[in-house]
Amino acid sequence: MIVAQQKPLEDIRQMARGFRRLLVLGCGTCTTICFAGGEKEVGLLATSLRSVLGQEIEIEEAVVQRQCEWEFLDQVGEAVGRAEAVLSLGCGVGVQGIGERYPGVVVLPGLNTAFMGLTEAPGIWGERCMACGDCLLHRTGGICPVARCAKSLLNGPCGGVQDGHCEISPENPCAWVLIYDRLMQQGRLEQLEEIIPVRDWKASHSGGPRRIVRPDLREMVEEEV
Amino acid sequence: MPAGSNLEAVLSAGRFAVTAELGPPKGTNLSVVERKAEILRHCCDAVNLTDNQTAIVRMSSLACAIHLRRLGLDPVMQMTCRDRNRLALQSDVLGAAGAGVRNFLCLSGDHQQFGNHPGAKNVFDLDSIQLIQVLAGMRDTRRFQGGDEFTGDIPMFIGAAANPFADPLPYRVVRLAKKVRAGANFVQTQAVFDLEIFGRWMAQVRARGLHEQVAIMAGIVPLKSVGTARYMRDYVSGIVVPDAIIARMEDAADPKAEGMAIAVELIDAAREIPGVRGVHIMAVGWEEVVPILAERAGLLPRPLI
Repeated sequence: MIVAQQKPLEDIRQMARGFRRLLVLGCGTCTTICFAGGEKEVGLLATSLRSVLGQEIEIEEAVVQRQCEWEFLDQVGEAVGRAEAVLSLGCGVGVQGIGERYPGVVVLPGLNTAFMGLTEAPGIWGERCMACGDCLLHRTGGICPVARCAKSLLNGPCGGVQDGHCEISPENPCAWVLIYDRLMQQGRLEQLEEIIPVRDWKASHSGGPRRIVRPDLREMVEEEV
Repeated sequence: MPAGSNLEAVLSAGRFAVTAELGPPKGTNLSVVERKAEILRHCCDAVNLTDNQTAIVRMSSLACAIHLRRLGLDPVMQMTCRDRNRLALQSDVLGAAGAGVRNFLCLSGDHQQFGNHPGAKNVFDLDSIQLIQVLAGMRDTRRFQGGDEFTGDIPMFIGAAANPFADPLPYRVVRLAKKVRAGANFVQTQAVFDLEIFGRWMAQVRARGLHEQVAIMAGIVPLKSVGTARYMRDYVSGIVVPDAIIARMEDAADPKAEGMAIAVELIDAAREIPGVRGVHIMAVGWEEVVPILAERAGLLPRPLI
């Protein structure tokens, strides 16, 4: 999932100040699951904003299933129409989705989108993927060094590993120690002898903003039309 | 193809080599480099110029390496993958090689969090092993990583770092083997304090025959005080300082003298280990100690080849 975290209330207050009608719009998928932008968080934030912004602002609340899909965004057209600004509690994709569907309305980001990851334990989320566009998990024991090594090293751990953790923080397990342990458990340590050559980063963000066009699906759509 | 560096010549002649680290100034004054160079001139075979070590901005290793070359010393230009992508790294290599720099040390680089620009974006387009491959490719095929040819000779003696003391210990020799396969000619290790771990690593190195393919130089850091020793033990990841060494520094009436004595003992011990072909002294701002250590360890005069 995409993991996000609410911005400090003061930052949100600054952004929202001056608007008279605000729609706080949650998202029912990723940000609900990471307790940042679901129905409950929308309610709490709206209450806090009413108390810090007072009578000057009228706040409406809503949640859509996913802010990244037109069909769900279409369901809140009326509420968006009543608002001067939408405070999105979706990820950065959701914020931009609202803006693309309703270009006349000001969209404010209520969250900082943090990473793609999973819930490691209740209340703890960890990054797992950076969408580099050319997956090599089959070569690294199913653990991603691009996302989980602070230096994205592809050929083993740097010299800064101590007690299994990364030099930048005792809370960060070293990705390459995890890879080593996993491959040892699977009896496949010989994989670590291979040199992963210089990468072509074109498929990553370095190649520019990415877009996927599926001709097979496009044909189906065009036939229907 | 011989690179023609002094370090390469000393190692090829089978002599026990000595290199020392020179930290570039945090400023524009090249006379600092000149002063340190004169201290190191006669007590080592080549001088490493660190590349924004611990992610603190200093004069570039490229500029200092070229300056040292002009002063008649043999520089080892350190290059990290943290700050530059493959375009910048290869362009620096062209400039350095054109100015007569022959030794290049390929490093990952300390994370920027430790330095004076913790908010910087890091690069890591390549990792250190890939950087070795890129340099070896430039040298051997006269082509950039991207495939284009370039003009001119580019003799290079390619170095790598190795840390026998970091986790996972059994993996460390595998990583060295990869660096050798990528094309490393010499290796400078992390500071050795724990001879037991170092000895075990060297045994694994010999078991794979790596000592015959690459010249391994043991890293030596002379301790100035018990504070330095404790700091390295507690705060520098990947360095192991045994309790016995801490205790000696604690009990010493003259900690600097004790630090020097320990360093000389470590050099002597490293020399006795089969496959160790030199030492790399990292005095970290205490360059004056290098000639003293070299003298006491019986490493002077340096061979003229």
